[in-house]
Amino acid sequence: MIKTDILIIGAGPTGLFAVFEAGLLKLKCHLIDALPQPGGQCSELYPKKPIYDIPGFPEVLAGDLVDNLMEQIKPFQPGFTLGERAETIEKLEDGTFIVTTSKGTKHHAPIVAIAGGLGSFEPRKPPLEDIAKYEDKGVAYMIKDPEVYRNKKVVIAGGGDSALDWSIFLADVASEVTLVHRRNEFRGALDSVEKVQHLKDIGKINLVTPGEVVGLQGEDTLKSVIIRKTTNAAEDMMLETDFFIPLFGLSPKLGPIGDWGLEIEKNAIKVDNALDYQTNIPGIYAIGDVNTYPGKLKLILCGFHEATLMCQSAYQRIFPDKKYVMKYTTVGGVTGFDGSKKESPKAVVKAIN
Amino acid sequence: MTDIKIKITDRDGVSHEVEAPTDMNMNLMELVRAYELAPEGTIGICGGMAMCASCQCYVQSDHELPEMSDDEEAMLSEAFNVRENSRLGCQLHISEEMDGLAVELAPEEG
Repeated sequence: MIKTDILIIGAGPTGLFAVFEAGLLKLKCHLIDALPQPGGQCSELYPKKPIYDIPGFPEVLAGDLVDNLMEQIKPFQPGFTLGERAETIEKLEDGTFIVTTSKGTKHHAPIVAIAGGLGSFEPRKPPLEDIAKYEDKGVAYMIKDPEVYRNKKVVIAGGGDSALDWSIFLADVASEVTLVHRRNEFRGALDSVEKVQHLKDIGKINLVTPGEVVGLQGEDTLKSVIIRKTTNAAEDMMLETDFFIPLFGLSPKLGPIGDWGLEIEKNAIKVDNALDYQTNIPGIYAIGDVNTYPGKLKLILCGFHEATLMCQSAYQRIFPDKKYVMKYTTVGGVTGFDGSKKESPKAVVKAIN
Repeated sequence: MTDIKIKITDRDGVSHEVEAPTDMNMNLMELVRAYELAPEGTIGICGGMAMCASCQCYVQSDHELPEMSDDEEAMLSEAFNVRENSRLGCQLHISEEMDGLAVELAPEEG
């Protein structure tokens, strides 16, 4: 059981900055995120895109912003449970919470702060008939153990980096790799595109472009896919395969958090914006893009503000008898849990004689 | 300032004729959100970067629209329920030439 003061669900910019504000109050944080790396949308969707409205940064790449936040919170030694989705929450008699992830990891904290953005990122599933039936029976949306595909026939669909990279990787593992994409152009690293071109030329990847998998066939398990190459359905071709792996990227879904008994409005969690961004369940807060209130703006800078006020309220909940006086970091410095201390240099006082 | 009229058929098949400002640097996805013709959280998920296809729409009138950027084309090549007349609403900047445009919102991805 992982124990912490504030359990933050979502390791995007808002969740990361909450660690800093909590640290100033000597509260420890642990973050859960379904993605394998911190940063949320900034890392997953647009790491190389610039952001122009972070106060004090005329221009910053989303990926750099995440790196900076990670550096800023380092002294407060946050814990991370990455690659696992927060599934269930249980409120104990003493008012504390246990949050369990998709892999069964349990977290115990008096405060839960949901900084889940638009939800957890999940693979986009193509709308094919019977696709659900073949899930784990030939259809997979991500590759967990490449050995599963050794000496098997694999059809991969998609036009981005993951489709290219896995086609390259599996070309040496599977007996047959077919990459299907709706057009000839791929959007991926140039290097990967060239490698696929090479593997196609030497016959190690069977490239079908433009093409689209439009049907699945089989009995208990997948046996073949139907590929449409032209608009004329009569020219569809059937391709025998053991596996079909559609890699169309990820899209966010609110997911299990939607069933936690929280008041949801417009696919977001309603919070008290007059005070502390608490939800209808005392002790559970929602900050950043995941919340809603009158006048809400889904901006990173608003998430930072919400995280700050949330931490103050969390402190009062954890220590109802303590009175906290806010201190500027310039005055009080930053004392990390790792023993580090940052403070403004003392003025040099020297007499002139 | 001039407003134009755009006909938008929502995902339930209901059509709405809305007024769209041409001087507010708005795109079609934002217009749909402004009039709440699709629930929040189901459209414009990526915020307008052509990185999701939640604002996909089918263009029903024969307006001459700006050409697709590489980003839009790439995204549509990986989107679902794509048709010949598919566009991403977030890439369609509202301009006077669009007066009378008719579009239908593509279904939400499952």
